[in-house]
Amino acid sequence: MSGFAGRLWRGAVLGLLAYVIFAPIANLALWAVAIQWYFPYKLPLTYGFRYWYDVFKPTSDALASLGTSIVIAVITVVVCLLLAVPAGYALGKQRLPWRGAVLLILLLPQAFPSVAVYLNIARLFYMVGLNGTIAGVVLVHAVHGLVIAVWIAAAAFAAVDTELELAARNMGASAARTVFTVTLPLAAPGLIAASIFVFLESLDEFTGTYFVGVPEITTLPLMMYNASLNGNYQIAAITALILLVPSILFMLLIERFLNTEMLAKIG
Amino acid sequence: MNPTAAPARADRRPIFLLLVAPAVAMVLALFVYPVIYSIVSAFTNRAGQLGLDNFAKTFALYGGDIVFTLVIVLVSTALIGSLAAAIGGYLVLGRHPGAVAALKWLYRWPLFVPFIVAAQCMRTFLAKNGMFNNTLDTLGIVDIGTLSGLLDWRGIIVTFVWKETPFVALLVAGAMAALDRSGIEAARNLGAGGIRILCGIIVPQVAGVFTVGLVLAFVTMLSVLSVPLMISGGSPTMITVDMAFRVNSYGDYGVANALGLVSYLIAAGAGWAYIRRNLTGEAAR
Repeated sequence: MSGFAGRLWRGAVLGLLAYVIFAPIANLALWAVAIQWYFPYKLPLTYGFRYWYDVFKPTSDALASLGTSIVIAVITVVVCLLLAVPAGYALGKQRLPWRGAVLLILLLPQAFPSVAVYLNIARLFYMVGLNGTIAGVVLVHAVHGLVIAVWIAAAAFAAVDTELELAARNMGASAARTVFTVTLPLAAPGLIAASIFVFLESLDEFTGTYFVGVPEITTLPLMMYNASLNGNYQIAAITALILLVPSILFMLLIERFLNTEMLAKIG
Repeated sequence: MNPTAAPARADRRPIFLLLVAPAVAMVLALFVYPVIYSIVSAFTNRAGQLGLDNFAKTFALYGGDIVFTLVIVLVSTALIGSLAAAIGGYLVLGRHPGAVAALKWLYRWPLFVPFIVAAQCMRTFLAKNGMFNNTLDTLGIVDIGTLSGLLDWRGIIVTFVWKETPFVALLVAGAMAALDRSGIEAARNLGAGGIRILCGIIVPQVAGVFTVGLVLAFVTMLSVLSVPLMISGGSPTMITVDMAFRVNSYGDYGVANALGLVSYLIAAGAGWAYIRRNLTGEAAR
């Protein structure tokens, strides 16, 4: 197809796609700045930031749950890195016996539908007093994030040039010193990427927290869920936007790192 | 030393297993053990004996929801696959650089949007008085008075497709971009159209990546609780909602775990499709 008809056709398809992708987000954004909006009006009757004040005032539940979410996400990143850095080093750099079996076990949390697992973790945590605690929620988030963290860390370590490590060893550095002064710094960008990913996964996590954390621990996604079910659409929209912004930033940020050829090697 | 050579068995260093041990222990304790626990619980009746009582109750109460879940996830997967193929195909075959660049920029936006946020977007967008119906009404296509909302199975499918298509499309487009162009050019010179080239030449060559992406999307959709809870929590609904309901309202772990086992089996079916695809792929090489 060429000429005017073709251009019109392409424009129509792309326009429709843009509508489908952005209109749901636009609807959310409108709710975030609407004061009054009810049927049959197609747009809000009055606009304003009154509900933003409700969300961000020092005594608000939303701000408290944002704090809880960030504390949990930071601890989850630390736990994941402590586990994933040594595992990623062994998988990416060393000749490991039973490598396939280790990878298979680490992949399991991605291969099973998680709801049934979480409700049983909640039941087990209840017996040992971990239910409704920050530690319990962190553990659930960490198991979920671990797979991606190990995978990215292993790729980052595998990409470190072995010649450089051998050069350090030839100049008399010990094995441990080589790891800490050569291998780890060179793998750092990948480890940072893994950390950001785990942080976001934890920030956005709903199902595990729903079973293990409730009612004592309210993270931002749970707070958003409760607001939405109670019909507080403005509060729900504002908290949803708070969750949306880091996700979109991450998407734009990794566009540079995420070359699609690398992803194509999966499978 | 050649780093690409396959390591000899004697070269392997068991000492490094200590480095992976904590991560493996964590997954065994907090994932594998609960899975086994859930399976045992599914086969244990209220009197504490082994039996199939939970399954009889599950199929009587939730048989319809199991079918409903399967249909939703299968339809979503089919739509995601078609859209991802179309997006990837246009990115590779499109002859208008402007349109290709625009599509490349557009399609990725929902990639990292959390499910819970996607669900909240759709909850307002697809409601009876949401922006979707308002748009149709404003354009004069239909009168809003005659419309109902889409907050039922259709809303769940729309949310899943909106959220998961970019992920599969990203994987598939990457694989397509890495293909050898000569086959495509040859077909084009022989007069084959874009759709024919896409279905006959490109998709079969990226079938491996395609299957991985679709299986991951399938299992993800099977595990999501927030979307069905927020879009359509009433009956019929997806089995994730039923599991949460059994536990929260009745403390009935037996039926919840029987439903869980059903979800494992559905996921295993998808996994089997992937493994079979890989085995036939290996044999063909």
